[in-house]
Amino acid sequence: MSTNTIALSELSVSLPLPLRLHEWVTTVDHKRLGILYILYALTFLVAGGIEAIIMRLQLIRPHNDLVSPEVFNRMFTMHGTTMIFFAAMPLVFGFANYLVPLMIGARDMAFPRLNAFSFWMTALGGLLLYFSFLGGDGLYGGGGAPDVGWFAYAPLTAKTFSVGHSTDFWTLSLLVSGIGSVGTAINIIATILCMRCPGMALGKMPLLAWLNLTMAGLVILAVSPLTAAQLMLLVDRYLGGHFFDTQAGGSAVIWMHFFWIFGHPEVYVLVIPAFAFTSEIIPVFSRKAIFGYPVMVLATVAIGFISMSVWAHHMFTVGMSSGANTFFVLSTMAISVPTGIKIFNWLATMWGGKIRFTTPMLFCIGFLFQFLIGGLTGITLAVAPFDWHLGNSYYLVAHFHYVIVGAILFAAFGAFFYWFPKVSGKMYNEPLGKLFFWLFLSGFHLTFDFMHIPGLLGMPRRIYTYEPGRGWDIWNVIVTIGVFFQVVGILVFAVNLVWSYYRGNAAGNDPWDAWTLEWSTSSPPPGYNYAVIPTVRSRRPLWDLKHPEDPDWRYE
Amino acid sequence: MSTFSASLSNGNLEWRLPSRGRVGMYGLIAAEAAIFTIFVVAYLFYTGKSVTGPQPKDVLHAPIFYTVCLLVSSLTVHAAVRKLVAGDIAAFARLWLLTIALGGTFLYGTAREWAHLIFDEGLTVSTNLFGTTYYSLVGLHTFHVMMGLLALIVVALFYFTARLQREHAERLEVLSMYWHFVDVVWVVVFTVVYVVGV
Amino acid sequence: MSPTNIFAPASTPADSIFGLSMFVLLTVAAIFIVVFSLLAYVLVRFRNKRSDDRSEPAQVYGSTQVELAWTIIPGLIVVALFLAAAHVIASVQDAPRPPGALQVIVTGHQYWWEYRYPGLNIVTANELHVPLSNPAHPTPTFLTLLSADTDHSFWVPRLAGKTDLIPNHPNSMWIDPHEPGIFLGQCAQYCGVQHAKMLLRVYVQPRAEFDRWVREQQQLPHSVEGAALTGQRVFESTACVSCHAVSGTPAKGRFGPDLTHLMSRDTIASGAAANTHEMLRLWIKNPDVIKPGSRMPAMGLSDPDLDAVTGYLETLR
Repeated sequence: MSTNTIALSELSVSLPLPLRLHEWVTTVDHKRLGILYILYALTFLVAGGIEAIIMRLQLIRPHNDLVSPEVFNRMFTMHGTTMIFFAAMPLVFGFANYLVPLMIGARDMAFPRLNAFSFWMTALGGLLLYFSFLGGDGLYGGGGAPDVGWFAYAPLTAKTFSVGHSTDFWTLSLLVSGIGSVGTAINIIATILCMRCPGMALGKMPLLAWLNLTMAGLVILAVSPLTAAQLMLLVDRYLGGHFFDTQAGGSAVIWMHFFWIFGHPEVYVLVIPAFAFTSEIIPVFSRKAIFGYPVMVLATVAIGFISMSVWAHHMFTVGMSSGANTFFVLSTMAISVPTGIKIFNWLATMWGGKIRFTTPMLFCIGFLFQFLIGGLTGITLAVAPFDWHLGNSYYLVAHFHYVIVGAILFAAFGAFFYWFPKVSGKMYNEPLGKLFFWLFLSGFHLTFDFMHIPGLLGMPRRIYTYEPGRGWDIWNVIVTIGVFFQVVGILVFAVNLVWSYYRGNAAGNDPWDAWTLEWSTSSPPPGYNYAVIPTVRSRRPLWDLKHPEDPDWRYE
Repeated sequence: MSTFSASLSNGNLEWRLPSRGRVGMYGLIAAEAAIFTIFVVAYLFYTGKSVTGPQPKDVLHAPIFYTVCLLVSSLTVHAAVRKLVAGDIAAFARLWLLTIALGGTFLYGTAREWAHLIFDEGLTVSTNLFGTTYYSLVGLHTFHVMMGLLALIVVALFYFTARLQREHAERLEVLSMYWHFVDVVWVVVFTVVYVVGV
Repeated sequence: MSPTNIFAPASTPADSIFGLSMFVLLTVAAIFIVVFSLLAYVLVRFRNKRSDDRSEPAQVYGSTQVELAWTIIPGLIVVALFLAAAHVIASVQDAPRPPGALQVIVTGHQYWWEYRYPGLNIVTANELHVPLSNPAHPTPTFLTLLSADTDHSFWVPRLAGKTDLIPNHPNSMWIDPHEPGIFLGQCAQYCGVQHAKMLLRVYVQPRAEFDRWVREQQQLPHSVEGAALTGQRVFESTACVSCHAVSGTPAKGRFGPDLTHLMSRDTIASGAAANTHEMLRLWIKNPDVIKPGSRMPAMGLSDPDLDAVTGYLETLR
């Protein structure tokens, strides 16, 4: 590292702890906020994981009495809400925050103070949600935590059926964090459209930027309907309103429509950044440019658009007309075409390459395999009559965990290892990284492969116990066992992160011999990112510099 | 590292990108539009479905005058910013304050209408589906008018403390975009509530 | 074999779904084999063999033909799957109701099922009896699905896909089981704390047996005598009657299950317990032991009263 770039972390080491904390709490630097988001997400990933462990231990045998039905119902509600809103979304926003300005040659996000505000709103939302564990039946009974399911169907959320404040914790914490989400999304869009370095036309920016731009657009269009629905729920619960009051002529189904108009694009908000990670990592470890960049952009934008039209495939069993059901089958099937195109493009990127099986690459390969399967089970669910069995069963639970854990979380782990050297300046421990991969992979498959089977044998979701003699028992045991492998894997991951941060070898600017702008600055980057704002001529500026005899801009 | 950034820089490129403030405001408008859309959908869906209580045609009277005030305020705010761009701060201030007055009048009109509906007609948010959807949709819009008015007042304060300058015109233009959005939303809400839904 | 296996259909809607699901699963399996083989091949064939080899492979940026191929072929598969799905949607959802079909109104409650047979003047709970249907001359049962409180879902996998019971949103479904026996299922939409024990039992009976069941259900209860009279008095003077009904008596409560023919059922508490003397007594004494959070409160009856009421209920055949 040259002497005239001093990392902020180096300066800070000499400050006393309270001042260092103050720096972090008041920071508006996108890199620090990115790290805060990611650490926050990891904390809630653990919290959500504990909730999952409790559920799986309860379900390990029929008629188990480890926890009461009240506690179990709070567990699945909190697990879903935590994982989606306070683990996955902050993870996605954290990576976007850290990487987007660096990869487009900017010094920070468009609105640094809005950035900080958005993070703290999200943080507040999570704390508010977990505050619900206090009070109510007392901590041992799960407190007053919400127990209406993460999608809080009406009229179960009406004051009549949800007495007390548990539902309000759900509503308010998500309203608050929703403000943070929209703020970050606006920031990402303004950053990408207004702060690219000279020469970086939209067609020249890294795919990660395109994908985060699409994701941000979806956040704006999707989180807002949820906000609206939650305001309506508050009007019902506190002002005597009748939006979802079926006794007054209100409709329970309209809550479902509003929720899923949010809920479906939401999963694309989560998976599109996973696509972004793999689109950056796979080329580097295959030593080839991404195959079909323009098609990848088009496919992503198409996925974004189509995802706004598929929501009622979550409602195939509520009694919509055959015409409506048929329409949503078509739109849901349609989205599989651009999605498949992306899988093929990643395969084509690897084709003819020189694949290096580093930890990030292993996770991306896991992503490919699992996203393929999760996408295919999604197609089976898109076939409405088949969904009349599979919906709301453990098959469905297996499907969405396959995509959220098997695809999104795997890609996120890949991103962790890929960018850890850049963020910390240290290399992680490769053998430990690989050990984590194999442990987590085994646990993931034990749990989520076999979870499909009880669904096919008629086991619905959200049940705190089940009857023996339905053929579900052995599969529930296997599913629970897989959890332990995942837990051990996560412990290995945590050890690796902490140990490498303090004792890892210096990584240097560009340990992977990669091609995007962030690898041109120091590890970690200085607070201002780039001493001189770069000018680029192609999608892989560092490739051009390393291969002046054969630069990319001749072929783009 | 320094070799890379030196090789990557080439100061001769003509490079212009949209303004952050404008793009940010469009993003905010998109998010708000999505929220309003859901409330409008709920309003339309529940039209005619109230089981009991006052119906729209019995109690609603289209607030034409106050609507005109609000729509004119879009013209005045636009004119105000033009004046500021031209450097005529006094004219800007007159038009800006007129905008605030017109917005305030609109709010007053809403208050009057609601007082009549609540005390004379007995329509509240909990009366029936019409009451719930009406107060929610119109109330959401009124809230946005209030936020906009607050921002306009803050700018007026800056003017009165002699801090406002011609250079601020672009920011005020971005703020005026929000005000125009609030007006466009009112056109939609007015049509849905007083024309279609009656 | 699992009694709730979706791949063991015993009724036309389930049969239709089964046929479609086989087509879909085969298609999806074929896609998986093709793509997985490609992935496996790529990982083996193009792995970096020499770690000191730092030369870069040929950079290929794209290919329009290849992109078209893997757009069009999946597009065609999508069309095929869509058409197959559309056909089954129509045939199941829009099936006309034959004039002689049995009609049952199912109302979902927290946490039990109410069944009314309007044409037959029968009200019962939790155990649905339907006639066996002959595929040559089908005698389907059409269910109208309503809810008294929150959302529920009727799922008996071997008979049909699930359909939800949503307040203020009546739904309908039909079954024509062609195999006699008991078919199991349970509520499939989270409805509150005891969602897990809102079980379903459908009794498919040959015509003669079904008609006999109907006649038994249509009868008023026999007059009560002896010790059971005490029980009836306790039943009718405590809060039991505010929730429960027994035909031909002053008990007309509709919040809980109709008890007129309680002893004709194999289970109580919507399948949560067997209908034995011990379980019935325990249920009346303290429902939370069997189904914690159920809507039936512990009645706080003294032991003699408890025995008397249990004895009375056991006369309701």
